[in-house]
Amino acid sequence: MRPRGDIEGLLRDAAPRALAAVVRRFGDFSDSEDAVQEAMIEAARQWPAQGTPESPVGWLVHVASRRLTDRIRSESARRRREDAVAADRSEGGPSEELDLDPVGGEDDALVLMFMCCHPALTPPSAIALTLRAVGGLTTAEIASAFLVPEATMAQRIARAKQSIKASPEPFAMPAGEERAERLRSVLRVIYLIFNEGYVTSAGAELARAELAAEAVRLGRMAHLALPEDPEVAGLLALMLLTDARRAARADAGGELIPLDEQDRGLWDGAAIEEGIALLNEAVGRGAVGEYQLQAAIAAEHARAARPGDTDWGKILGLYGLLEQVTGNPMVSLNRAIAAAMVDGPAAGLGLLEGLDDRLEGHHRLHATRAHLLQMAGATAAAIAEYEAAADRTDSVPERNYLTRQAARLNERRA
Amino acid sequence: MKFMLLQNYGGMTREVPPMGEWTPAAVEAHIAYQKDLNAELRERGELVEAQALTTPDLAKFVVSDGGATPVVTDGPFTESKELLAGYRMIDVESVERALEIAAQGSAAPAHDGAPIEQAIEVREVMGPIEH
Repeated sequence: MRPRGDIEGLLRDAAPRALAAVVRRFGDFSDSEDAVQEAMIEAARQWPAQGTPESPVGWLVHVASRRLTDRIRSESARRRREDAVAADRSEGGPSEELDLDPVGGEDDALVLMFMCCHPALTPPSAIALTLRAVGGLTTAEIASAFLVPEATMAQRIARAKQSIKASPEPFAMPAGEERAERLRSVLRVIYLIFNEGYVTSAGAELARAELAAEAVRLGRMAHLALPEDPEVAGLLALMLLTDARRAARADAGGELIPLDEQDRGLWDGAAIEEGIALLNEAVGRGAVGEYQLQAAIAAEHARAARPGDTDWGKILGLYGLLEQVTGNPMVSLNRAIAAAMVDGPAAGLGLLEGLDDRLEGHHRLHATRAHLLQMAGATAAAIAEYEAAADRTDSVPERNYLTRQAARLNERRA
Repeated sequence: MKFMLLQNYGGMTREVPPMGEWTPAAVEAHIAYQKDLNAELRERGELVEAQALTTPDLAKFVVSDGGATPVVTDGPFTESKELLAGYRMIDVESVERALEIAAQGSAAPAHDGAPIEQAIEVREVMGPIEH
């Protein structure tokens, strides 16, 4: 359904803003979305032949509003006939006065993101709705990216829209503390989309790589709307710096290549430069949060031309801060690796000891311990930990990687 | 006709060590073989879905009498050889073709480069009444 080239880009930028304007006017999210989708199909048909309108957003709002008005009219006409009651001249439909230059612009797209990350929705539903309403992806595209049948995804999106419809939340920016809370959800949803795309998965790599690009696009929209927010900038920087390693991160067969074995010449220099610039600007604004810290760690890796040039002391400090901010035991695992790089494997293994309670049996704990034992030259113990990790991961490329690590150590020992 | 080709952890007709004890080259060859087989089936329009399952360590058994608290039993299980490791769902012209694909799966290279000779369970998926 999606048109190609410039018009596709134009439509995808315009669609969320148009949708926001139509929802603001008509109130019903689901109907408005259908109407904007229809308007987009109409645009894809007309614009290539008749030229692009001066205000693509205004055009879409106009066509979508016309459709909604027609629908409301014909429904009320039907009701009138059924009731056999004379028409009331002050019809309850929306005004036909269409301002072709909708107010709000970029901010409308942000309001739409806030809507899609509604507290009534589970993360998978919020993700699907965000991709559909803000990202302008088709249901089929979203379904293929998440490896579920299209009917399943259509149902998930329909349920999400129902939840929003049933909630008393108005189509507006929440205020005060709730606004900050909701912004955290928005950032989390964007980061989840990014990670879905970034984790390589055999057979569906292309569709999923597009998800990462989509998350970066959503991150840019959020940053455009909230240029002063350091965490929004931090998230965008983090995604750019991580995505910069994409070409080096897996081999031709889709198997994972760890950071210290990657061909750094394949890293995307432009993305790294942009990420570091964003980060520097954000950090200058104070209020350091988890995305800025993660971006700062990614930036340290990006700055090192060779693995040996990595400033592990600085990374260790950053993980310490990140651990304080998030209290996430996964961060503690990474801090243990950084500690091992600075003070030797024994220091890292010592830090892992405190994590058994919180991460018991988790594959990442076993994998980290395996790595540190390998550094310490405790080969037999390292092999056992790699095998334990391989038995517990839910990712095929990761399982292959861990099994291969165990096999390599076995071979070396023999 | 749709078939499920099921692969258990056990079902090896000869002695094969756990994969962690194979050489890296043998691990590589086994993974490549499975991927190539999937690619070939996809190419021929015969692959519906191929999935590997997480290990029995992460398996759970659930029994409920419909009351409030179902009984959930966690792995690891001693009888893990009987648990499913992965499956391929294929859509093929004939039962013969399904058996042929199962044979290909069973002959994936093991630690010594020779076929692993793992038993593949072939089960036809029941269709609608018109089938």
